[in-house]
Amino acid sequence: MTRSSILRIASGLALALALASCGKETPPPAKSQAEAPKAPETITVKIGSASPLTGTQAHIGIDIRNGVQLAVEDANAAGVEIGGAKVKFELVSEDDEANPTKAATVAQKLVDAKVAAVVGHFNSGASIPASKVYADGGVPQISPSSTNPDYTLKGFKTTFRVVAHDGQQGPTLAKFAVERLKAKNIAVIDDSTAYGQGLADNFEATVKAAGANVIAREHTTDKDSDFKAILTKIKGKKPDLIMFGGIDPQAGPMVKQMAQLGIKAKYIGGDGMQTPNFIKLAGNSAEGVMASMPGLPKEQMPGGKSFMEKYKAKFNAEVELFAPMGYDAVMVFIDAMKRAGSTDPAKFLPEVGKTKLDGVIGPIAFDDKGDLVNGPITIYVVKGGKWEPLETVGGTAPAGAKPADAPKAEAAAPAAEAKK
Amino acid sequence: MDIFLQQLVNGLVLGSIYALVALGYTMVYGILGLINFAHGDICMIGALTALTVAQALTAMGVPAPVALLLAALAAVLVCVALGVSIERVAYRPLRQAPRLAPLITAIGVSILLQYSAALVWGKQYLSMPEIVKPTEFDFAGVHLTDLQVFIFVLACALMAGLLWFIRSSRMGRAMRATEQNPEVAGLMGVDINRVIAFTFVLGSAVGAIAGLMVVLYYGIGHYFMGFMLGLKAFTAAVLGGIGNVGGAMLGGLLLGIIESLASGYIGDLTGGVLGSNYRDIFAFLVLIGVLVLRPSGLMGQHTGDRA
Repeated sequence: MTRSSILRIASGLALALALASCGKETPPPAKSQAEAPKAPETITVKIGSASPLTGTQAHIGIDIRNGVQLAVEDANAAGVEIGGAKVKFELVSEDDEANPTKAATVAQKLVDAKVAAVVGHFNSGASIPASKVYADGGVPQISPSSTNPDYTLKGFKTTFRVVAHDGQQGPTLAKFAVERLKAKNIAVIDDSTAYGQGLADNFEATVKAAGANVIAREHTTDKDSDFKAILTKIKGKKPDLIMFGGIDPQAGPMVKQMAQLGIKAKYIGGDGMQTPNFIKLAGNSAEGVMASMPGLPKEQMPGGKSFMEKYKAKFNAEVELFAPMGYDAVMVFIDAMKRAGSTDPAKFLPEVGKTKLDGVIGPIAFDDKGDLVNGPITIYVVKGGKWEPLETVGGTAPAGAKPADAPKAEAAAPAAEAKK
Repeated sequence: MDIFLQQLVNGLVLGSIYALVALGYTMVYGILGLINFAHGDICMIGALTALTVAQALTAMGVPAPVALLLAALAAVLVCVALGVSIERVAYRPLRQAPRLAPLITAIGVSILLQYSAALVWGKQYLSMPEIVKPTEFDFAGVHLTDLQVFIFVLACALMAGLLWFIRSSRMGRAMRATEQNPEVAGLMGVDINRVIAFTFVLGSAVGAIAGLMVVLYYGIGHYFMGFMLGLKAFTAAVLGGIGNVGGAMLGGLLLGIIESLASGYIGDLTGGVLGSNYRDIFAFLVLIGVLVLRPSGLMGQHTGDRA
């Protein structure tokens, strides 16, 4: 074998590996956690939890899983009777690796395992393909966190979420940027994911409608850590505000690099970067960064304080993001089962839509699409190395009852549209 | 113009890191004819080691320059030990085997390193403490930090030192002799095994410094960070002419600049069709282009195929 041919083979391999890494970079999923042994005279009902448990978003996925686990344990401790039988709930947790393909596989696995209901997924890009699998299997699904508007627009009866969607979050952020922060020249960056791009598109549309200029629209990926080139380009256009649609592993370094390049613009983003991890990654540059988060501040949630104490006692960790939503999703299912007097998904599914529940996150009710009604959105700012709530918007405009925004949101999301 | 210069500076700093990593590929290839695919991951281990040591020392209140120096030292030691043992365990037994065998082993070692790191450090992004807060200043309309200058100068100094070492020292001469013809060099009294092990020592040490630069520059580390870094550096080595030390440096700097300019201007040039998220394709377009048009690279001389 000759040297030049080995070089050719090596280069071919390098390219193949580079391509392969675009789709997937994480190892086989962690084994699902089996719960305590079951008692013989009670019926066992499996609750599925699907979120990324490995990979760069694992901290957020594990947070959701922990919320679900806490709910299952609380329900078991309280003792639930449904249709006269004692019910013991069991958590079946799966790792979707934040990967759309893996999400559909995991969804099928959960359906085959005969779970009664599923809390998941974290990423919009995962929740959307999985929703079809759950719909076909007749398993109700509540996403604790997926905010892409498309998720509930597929016409599935099994699809719900307990967060405000980007159709609400993007415009709220945009109005805040234009009206409160008086931003005139705005640069928008997204991470090319269903979540990030959806949020950024909605933001951009509302900003334009409100009369501000979008002077740059840039894209990065959810694996990158070097944004110097994009930021340099944006710097040349002199923005007074930069909006990022994406998750904290990108947002953190991006803010740092902004400081290094001497960009003084304000930085604002969505719920994916409203995490303690963001502050850790961004260091001192995090000061003054703003981000929106669907729902009330966890401290202001009706059940927030006791939930955080319980969570801390159980997992010895702070609530990252969506654990309360995961917890409430389980409670919604159990409540619906109680009202239906059955743990059969076919029987209690209609009751899920009629939910009127006071959860940790506040009152929960769904509209006819499965979106949370009256989902409030809170804007936070980093102050003294901590996320502090700045102001809460909404709790007034019910989800789906914003006819003025809806067509705009759809027109501004060509990528999402194309998938239908 | 300012923006263009700024992009150029971004590219130079990025490129100097690529160049340091590319050195590790090119030196090993020059001597063994082996693409050491694990090299990017050795840099990753160096980066994460430095990050951990820096974190621990900063928490203990050790002054910044000392912490940085100790972190660098720890990274270099770990990487050198790792590089030499990988050579001993994974490559030396296969030296007489068909060339494809050690290539596959290299990929195996790379994956082994990645997931060992995932076990040790977890799969989260880790943050590097800001040991020294970078001071910013403007120079000729370009916004710089002293960290960028430090990285670039250190990288250039390392490269110059390495070039001098290979040109002028006794070991460097032995390395060049081994590169030209291992059998004859062996007959002339060069201890081939020692020379090869030393090549891995050099490559890994420089790789460790490059890893440290990455975590210093970007402030984050991750068990998978060595993968893309390794592929880019490999591309840089091929661009410069793999096997050629000076070529690796040139290739690294060029690749950094190409990437930086491409991601800065692609959006405007394509009217928004391609965004800067397509940045990585440029590195690999360069790789394909070089292999098709000039397989020996910019500075490589075609040595003829050796059986």
